[in-house]
Formats: sequence, structure tokens, C-alpha cells
Amino acid sequence: MYLSQYIFFFLSGLAIASALLMILDKNPVHSVLYLVVTFFAIAGHYLLLNAQFLAVVHIIVYAGAIMVLFLYVIMMLNLNKEIEPHKQQLPKVAAVVSACLLMLCLIAALKSAEVNMLPAARNSNIGLMDNLGKTLFKEYMLPFEVSSILFLSAMVGAVFLSKKEIH
Amino acid sequence: MEIFIVYKIILVLVVFAISLGVAAYSTYAERKVAAFMQDRVGPDRAGPFGLLQPLADGLKMFMKEEIIPSVSNKYLFILGPSLAMLTALMTGVVIPWGGDITIGNTTFPLQITDINIGILYIFGVVSFGVYGIMIGGWASNNKYSLLGALRASSQMISYEIAMGLAIVALVMTTGTLSLKEIVAQQGGTWVNFVYQPLGCLIFIICAFAETNRAPFDLPECETELVGGYHTEYSSMKLGFYLFAEYINMFISSAVIMTLYFGGYNLPFQDFLAQHLNGNVLSLFQFLFFFGKVLFGIFFFMWIRWTIPRFRYDQLMNLGWKILIPLAIFNILATGVMMFALGKV
Repeated sequence: MYLSQYIFFFLSGLAIASALLMILDKNPVHSVLYLVVTFFAIAGHYLLLNAQFLAVVHIIVYAGAIMVLFLYVIMMLNLNKEIEPHKQQLPKVAAVVSACLLMLCLIAALKSAEVNMLPAARNSNIGLMDNLGKTLFKEYMLPFEVSSILFLSAMVGAVFLSKKEIH
Repeated sequence: MEIFIVYKIILVLVVFAISLGVAAYSTYAERKVAAFMQDRVGPDRAGPFGLLQPLADGLKMFMKEEIIPSVSNKYLFILGPSLAMLTALMTGVVIPWGGDITIGNTTFPLQITDINIGILYIFGVVSFGVYGIMIGGWASNNKYSLLGALRASSQMISYEIAMGLAIVALVMTTGTLSLKEIVAQQGGTWVNFVYQPLGCLIFIICAFAETNRAPFDLPECETELVGGYHTEYSSMKLGFYLFAEYINMFISSAVIMTLYFGGYNLPFQDFLAQHLNGNVLSLFQFLFFFGKVLFGIFFFMWIRWTIPRFRYDQLMNLGWKILIPLAIFNILATGVMMFALGKV
């Protein structure tokens, strides 16, 4: 095995383990920190794919985003165990069944999907910044701009919601 | 190949040692600068001119009793200062400290690694730096610590945006994210400060905020929050937090000098290159750069002992309502100028 394969398996194990811990840990603050570890492992995968730009942007965006999540956990959630409402059994069972159904759907959908790469992705240097920028702004110009409008509308919504009522 | 790896390891250790050494003596310099500005003497007991004071302080930090509050989260309590130190030391990797050194036929660059996204790497590490403070402040299980940590994280998240926007304008003029190339472009011509004065100003202000230095030191504002996020810390864990701040100061000074003030380029470099051995020139470049970085650190201290601390709402207003619009205006102005000068 090559060194990169060892790294791949290490990162994969780390990503899956910390993702599981994130779901299973009872403490929301610990969950947030496991989420950070998961994203770091995924950034490592990007590095293995020679996509340095994506890896670093992934870390910048998600490190900041998770920090905000961290603040939300502290400010919005009540971390006292005594006050935590007791959950009933039925919703838990329903959640497990629906999650299993979702997984079934995903497997069925992905089974017949062809592993067709996008034309530009065959180039192993696609992850480097120059190529990425050119691809985004030439071949995928419209989806790129439309997604940025989506972000803008989300931002406008957030500003609107946080604004105090005007009489 | 082996010699290359050995060389890189040596270089990493040297940068590590220099960072720690500079940080240690920054604590001494800070007191001396403060003393000078307030017409006092400053530390002068340990050694000649008090030069051994950092050693005495370090020893004191190690000898103090290690206290972990019983209601704190023990692992996260230890992880906090470790992360602060780790992220502070990680940034020095991409900074070009000088030109190349040639021994025999092998070239040894005085930069640990020249990744083509150097600026973004620094940005990523900086945005991760807030975790050390946040985790430590939360794990302390103390109201003052938590308030300090919340202040620190909201401050750093806010000022990161303006910092990133300031860098966007710089990247537009340089056309590269590699720090080595940015320095090379400034050799023999004007430094980037001339092209990006507003961007430079915004970047420096944000660097102050990111390092939690005065006038942005609200996270550890002692009149309101006892000691801020490190209230519960003692011994070397407190030392790590304080030390990380000085390392951050050193590194951000180095980044400012690299991006906006010509990096390691000497004045009349091309003339000197004709008359000097390449290695000697590299050495001079390193010393010149180091001098600039030390001046940057002095500038940090100068500001600290000159300007009083902001109020919290002033801090947020400055970040969101002044710096971010200014940075966006800077991007627009840069674009218009580049278009007008036909550089696009």
C-alpha cells in the first residue's frame, strides 16, 4: 500500500468515527467539537485529491460556521439536564424507521447511478485554484451566479427577521 | 531527498525556536515599552537591564501550582490552551523569511513550504485560532470566562470578514495567493502598501482585533471580566494563553510586512545582488525582514499603551458598519483602477 492509502483509511475512519460520536454524544457542545473533527478529516480527503483550495476554503467556511453553531448551542439551548423534556418512545421508533427508509431510497437511487465524472474533473489539477476559478466562471457560470443569489436571499431573510418591528 | 527532509525539519525547529524566543522577549519588551511611555523604569532586577526577566517569568509559570477546577470539563480545559498554542505556531510555516541559500548545487529556500494558497492557509489557521479561546472559556465553567470567550469569538468572526475582504483587493492586484510570489513581485518596485493603502489599514486594524490586542482586548477586559477567558487558568496553561498572544503578534506582524511592506526585499536589492554573494544577501534579507517584524511588534505595543480600550458596541459598529463597507469599497475602487489602467 502507498502512504496515501494509509492516510486515506486513517482519515476515513476518523471522519466516520467522529461523525458517529457527534450523533451519539449527549452533550451538544461535544457534538459540535466532533463535527469540527469530521470536517477536518474531510478537508484531509480534499488534500489527498490534490484540491488544496477546496480543503482550505472548507476549513475556513466550516470553522467559522461551526463557531457560530457553538455560540448558538451555548446561548439558545438549555444545557441543564434536569429541565430536558423526556422524549416519548413512539417518535424515536418513527425516526429510526424513516431514517432506514431514507437510506434504502438513497441506496436504490445511487445503485444504478453511473460513476460519470464531469468532463473537467478528469484533469487531476482541477482542484487547484486557477483551474477551479476558470471552470466556475466559464463552464458553470450560470449555476454559480444563481447559487450566489440564493445566498443573498438567505442573507436578506436573516436581516429582515432580526430587524425590530417598524410601526 | 533525505537531505531535503532533514533540512525542512531543521528549518521548522529554527522557526519554532525563533517564534518562542521572540514571544518570550516580547513580554520583556512590552513592559519596557510601557515603562518608557509612562515614564517608569520597568523590570531591571533580573540580569543586566532586566534581560533575564522572561526566563524568571517562565520558571515562575512552571513552578506555580496546577489548578483544574473540579466543576470544569477536564479534557476540554487542557485542550483550550493547547489549541491556542498550536494554531499560533502553525502560521509561521508559509512565511518566506528570506531569499534562497545555496550550498554546493543544492538550493535551500528560507521558507518551510511555499503552497500556492499561502494566504488562505494563514486565514484558515487564524479562523481556527478562536477555538482555543472558546473551548477554554467554556470548559472553565465560569461566567466571566464564558463572557470573555463569547466576546472573543464574536469579535474574531466579525473582523475576519473585513480582513478577508481586504485580502481580496490585494489578491486582485498581485494575481497570486502564494506569499513567496507576492514578496518577489515587490522586489525592486513599489511595495504593495503604495497600491493598497486602504486595504493595508483595514488589514492592520483587523490583525489587532484577531490577536486580541488593545484597543480590541475586550475578551480579557479586567475591569469588567476579572481575567476574561483565562480567569480559571493557572500555571503553564495560563502561560500558554499569554504566550500564544505574543506569538500571534509576531506572526501577524510578519504577515503584514510580507503582504504590504515588501517582505524580505532589501532596498537597492538588484545593485547589491551584483556585488554580494547570494548567501550573504539572503542573510541580510533575513535580518532586514526580522528588523521590520520587530518594528511591527513595537507598533503593536505602541498602540496598546496609547489608545484606550473600545466599548463593546463601538467595537461591533467599527467592524460591521465601517470596516466591512470600507473593504468592499476598496475592492470596487481597486477593480475600477485596474480597469482604467488596462491591467485586466
